[in-house]
Amino acid sequence: MRKTVLILGATSAIARATAAAFAAQGFDLYLAGRDADELSRIAADLAIRYRITANSGLFAAEALDSHGRFFTQAIAEMGEMHGVVLALGYLGDQQAARDFSAGAEVILINFTAAASILSHCASYLEARKQGFIIGISSVAGDRGRQSNYTYGAAKGALSLYLQGLRNRLFASGVRVITVKPGFVDTAMTYGMPGLFLVASPQYIGERIVQALGKSADVIYLPWFWRYIMLIIKSIPETLFKRLKL
Amino acid sequence: MPALIGEILSIPAVPTLSRPLSGWGRYPVEVCEQVRPERYRDLRPAAEQQIARGQGRSYGDAALGKRVILTERVNRLLAFDATSGVLRAEAGATLAEILDVIVPQGWFLPVTPGTRFASLGGCVAADVHGKNHHHDGAFSRHVLAIELILADGSRITCSATQNAALYWAAVGGMGLTGIIGEVSLQLIPVSSPYVQVRHHAAANLAETFALFNDAALDDKYSVAWIDCLASGDSLGRSVLMCGHHAPHDDLPAALRQPTKPGKARAIPFDLPALALNPFSVKLFNALYYRQQSGKTEPFFTHYSEYFYPLDSVAHWNRLYGKRGFVQYQCVIPDSGAFAAVTALLQALSQSRRPSFLAVLKRLGPQSPGLLSFPMAGYTLALDIPLRDDGVFALLKKLDEIVLHYGGRVYLAKDAVLTPQEFRVMYPRYAEWRAIKQDVDPALKFQSSLSRRLELDHA
Repeated sequence: MRKTVLILGATSAIARATAAAFAAQGFDLYLAGRDADELSRIAADLAIRYRITANSGLFAAEALDSHGRFFTQAIAEMGEMHGVVLALGYLGDQQAARDFSAGAEVILINFTAAASILSHCASYLEARKQGFIIGISSVAGDRGRQSNYTYGAAKGALSLYLQGLRNRLFASGVRVITVKPGFVDTAMTYGMPGLFLVASPQYIGERIVQALGKSADVIYLPWFWRYIMLIIKSIPETLFKRLKL
Repeated sequence: MPALIGEILSIPAVPTLSRPLSGWGRYPVEVCEQVRPERYRDLRPAAEQQIARGQGRSYGDAALGKRVILTERVNRLLAFDATSGVLRAEAGATLAEILDVIVPQGWFLPVTPGTRFASLGGCVAADVHGKNHHHDGAFSRHVLAIELILADGSRITCSATQNAALYWAAVGGMGLTGIIGEVSLQLIPVSSPYVQVRHHAAANLAETFALFNDAALDDKYSVAWIDCLASGDSLGRSVLMCGHHAPHDDLPAALRQPTKPGKARAIPFDLPALALNPFSVKLFNALYYRQQSGKTEPFFTHYSEYFYPLDSVAHWNRLYGKRGFVQYQCVIPDSGAFAAVTALLQALSQSRRPSFLAVLKRLGPQSPGLLSFPMAGYTLALDIPLRDDGVFALLKKLDEIVLHYGGRVYLAKDAVLTPQEFRVMYPRYAEWRAIKQDVDPALKFQSSLSRRLELDHA
């Protein structure tokens, strides 16, 4: 039987490339997001290119009450769910750091909604005793800085949540992988001055799928971000707090 | 150090980017503001003037402008019916992406230009032709419909039967009537990825024309590679390469297995201008002629080698060095074609400028496309390296020959035509202009090409 992967937040460039990398391996797909037109375009594209089944469904991340129903519906449509890729991401603007009413949505999408939908996925996969959850977090969650600490805090919380989930699901044989991308060439970063070491979404997508065949639990993409963040995390706080970041 | 860390960790959402951009010929180079939508609904015009750009495979300034809308991420294949061979896709999809899907399922592009890295939208905008134009016409003949995104943001379906006037202005219209959003295309059936090819050597131009006119040699596809450094009695020495899609049952057993074309080799940097000098090109041409003219027996070759020989070398435009090159392509009506091609090759030969690539093809009757390039006759395409400004004098001379014989220059290749020459070469411009005024009165769609040719007035 074919295996299905659920992609949450499927219209971003990283999610689209990750979905393509799974499709290239023969997985069927269920693409979830809030933009019905884009979802159906991406689903049609992947189905044609890789000759797989790709369905799509509306997923309102902020409507936490709807998550259970959404997940049940997705399984009903596809017959089963082998794995989940969480690619929800909302950057907000710079205001979000200072103005909590703007920041609340950043936390809601990047963390609260993620934890909510993953709780449904986790229980399902735990009972099946197989499968995987791949959570796309961010290097921004590794250390707080004045420029985007609300986004960073939400992504940092997501990384911790995934860590706990990994601990819980280990016994049932469900893999939980945390992905921390650095700069990726997407709409989020397009046109940013002085951008360097930019990875293509295709590279990120392929590496995410490859990670399933390896043992690492937390992966930085591209790999060197692990060392960049190691340096940044090792700067003493007494010095770090003085930096204009 | 703090600044560096700041760059690493902050991700501002700036939607545009300004950087130098050029066409495939790498001349001219202009700083353009660029946007790159990822969602179909974001593929729409802004208040300022702009032009859509697919893969940048036109050679000159057709896809340059103050604001350039990159369509590369709006490239989804939307529907493919493997029974009828109808494909619908977003305009940013490349021919290569489409071929990867359709060839294994027994279909091929009805018309293809010499690169598979062009976008679908670009093929419509330039109304491209292939080696089969004399039988099958230009790209627009096989397009079932396009969705055109107009200056006012509205989306309209156009085809030869629906909004036909706008359709025939959009095909060959170089993106100036609106953004081409989606394309539906009728594919042709094939039963293998191979082409059966036969080469015929011609010692000079007269023999070349005789081969083109020999009905017994004619095939679905035909193209002549010309050694344009040969002169005197050998002027127009060529190899005519004829071919058709090979039926699966004709293939030798070894070719019946499914294959994947190899990864492209790349030219990693600009070659010094000296690398392609008259001597090295002459040597290459002589060797190539010897090798290719010997293949008089039919042979099978993969479609990628027959249709896209240069695609196997990524960035082959770097061969011509940092200053780039101009590609010159013109068509001459049948009556004066022999005299004109003789004059063009003589002018090139006298200029002692090495041209790697010179090809001659037959074209069939003109389509109703108002600015479509192809018309009945012969088309000659040349790469001319830009080494010094003397090239422009040569190009002027070529333009004069083309005008004298009632021919025209291909806008997708052109970088130097003047407004006056353009208006003589494209007699249906006035009709096109009337439609342009109708759908884009504020001239929101403008490119460097449209400004150079002064397409903002009659």
